Amino acid sequence: MAEAQGASGWQRRLVLTLLLAPALLWLLSLIVLPHVDLAFLSIRERIAPHQYRPSLDQYRTFFVEPLYWQVFVRTALLSGVATALTLVIAFPIAWVITKVAQGRASALLFVVCLIPFWVSETVRALGWLILLRESGVLPALLVRLGITAVPVELLYHDATILVGLVYTSLLFMVVPLVSSLESLDNSLIEAAYDLGASGFSILRSIVIPHAAPGITAGCIVVFMLTLGNYLTPTLLGGKNSQWFTELIYTQFIVRFNWEQGAAFGFLLLALSTAMVALGLRLSGQRFVDVMRRS
Amino acid sequence: MIASLPRSAWLRTATVLYVAAFLIFLFLPLVIVAVFAFNNAPYPAPPWRGFTLDWFMGNESAHRVGLFHDTELLGSVWTSVVVASWVTVLSVAVGTANAFLMERYRFPGKQALSVLMLTPLVIPGVILGISILALSSRIADLADALFGLDLDFLRPGLPLVVLGQFSYIATIATLMVSARLKRFERTLEEAALNLGASHVAVLRTITFPYLRPALIGSAAISFLMSFENFNTTLMLVGADPPLTVMMYGRMREGASPVLNAVSLFLMLASALLALSLMRGGSRSAPARVAAES
Repeated sequence: MAEAQGASGWQRRLVLTLLLAPALLWLLSLIVLPHVDLAFLSIRERIAPHQYRPSLDQYRTFFVEPLYWQVFVRTALLSGVATALTLVIAFPIAWVITKVAQGRASALLFVVCLIPFWVSETVRALGWLILLRESGVLPALLVRLGITAVPVELLYHDATILVGLVYTSLLFMVVPLVSSLESLDNSLIEAAYDLGASGFSILRSIVIPHAAPGITAGCIVVFMLTLGNYLTPTLLGGKNSQWFTELIYTQFIVRFNWEQGAAFGFLLLALSTAMVALGLRLSGQRFVDVMRRS
Repeated sequence: MIASLPRSAWLRTATVLYVAAFLIFLFLPLVIVAVFAFNNAPYPAPPWRGFTLDWFMGNESAHRVGLFHDTELLGSVWTSVVVASWVTVLSVAVGTANAFLMERYRFPGKQALSVLMLTPLVIPGVILGISILALSSRIADLADALFGLDLDFLRPGLPLVVLGQFSYIATIATLMVSARLKRFERTLEEAALNLGASHVAVLRTITFPYLRPALIGSAAISFLMSFENFNTTLMLVGADPPLTVMMYGRMREGASPVLNAVSLFLMLASALLALSLMRGGSRSAPARVAAES
């Protein structure tokens, strides 16, 4: 028996090694090492062909060149606005799904809300292009209704970018909100109502505290995805989009200035990570739980 | 207010109106894309000039190249299918191994590894792309300088696109398979082992059949996410672009309705996949789909 256990212990270690190998290979070669390399790339300066020296020049450029940090701040602010709008628009829907609609109607509404997000973001952006551009559907409709005399260009505004970003993000807000509101006991709301609480005070002192984990999870994911989005801002914002991922693309792929692109990449990563950490700190949640939930 | 409490008439009306407006907002862009696939005009724009199938069937002689004759576009669909197949196989295989590793074994550093496994989801797709591009180019340059080796697969192209997408889709496959393995009744395996079954036989006849729904679900999600990925792909793409990158390029030049035609097929395929998976009972899965696409 002892021998058999020894053999199985040895077998167990072998299997453990075999299972660890793919995980480590994946994480080290595709996540850890590339980012370490990117970090080194961002802090070196080319002084001659194939000759480099350590330097913080790329980061200095970012702060000295107004265009760069302005685009960075703009991207962060617009992402924040998009996140807030998404929350405000998604919350009533999550509320209807969990608390107002009953049985099959509730399940059906939830599924219907999810379906559009199975379609590629490219297709959804194409839809907005056809709707909003000067020769598109909405400007033609506005002329038909007599609201504007000539078709107006609805693309290439900040508001257009926001519409696109909110549209793309809704799902990531609705799902965590629904799962956190589902666990809210209806009798708490009924009790508060019977005791004479107004709708607003029920929302403020019962619903929002209970849904806080879902709200945080949704906001973290939406902010992160919006910040890192490329397709929607560039297509709906055109030349005016000025999105930070676009600067990264330009430095890396167009100008071939990888050192500068790497520094930009790290700044974006730092902001994204900081906001995730802040969200977790504010709501006292663990990273692992939030990611599993969303 | 909730269903069990009295609601005023205007609140009921407002609720219905809000839900209706929300659904219109959700579906309008998709409906518009589908409708203009059939408009008899060279651009996907109003006014409506009558119904045509030119954007599906048209060929050179009709002066309108429809989807079925647009070899460039069809080629990019095929490229996407090939890439997505590789990503699916890799992600599900590694995801399943990870699920067993994290659910069945204890080892030093497990906590750190579980956090590390989730990080790909919080790294913006663009940065995943450039970091993998930078490292692979450096290795390729080094191999060239030291040994005179020409490592083509490390240059921008489909192998890198596969690796880039796999780098975060593997996390999603891991989460999906783990979630099911966690609920597995270990006593079933123990009973089979006590009755003399070998470990391999237990895996084959008990554990894997139990995991089947999660394996199929994660394969479908991996395929879809790979097919729809844009950010990471854009950074790593070489001479032959997958569908999303090809569509993006054409949309910047001014789209022709042939893009609507291909989009219509994408929508139908996604809807079929979504409905069949939801029927299978996976609810959290749809939430992950559009992530970082």
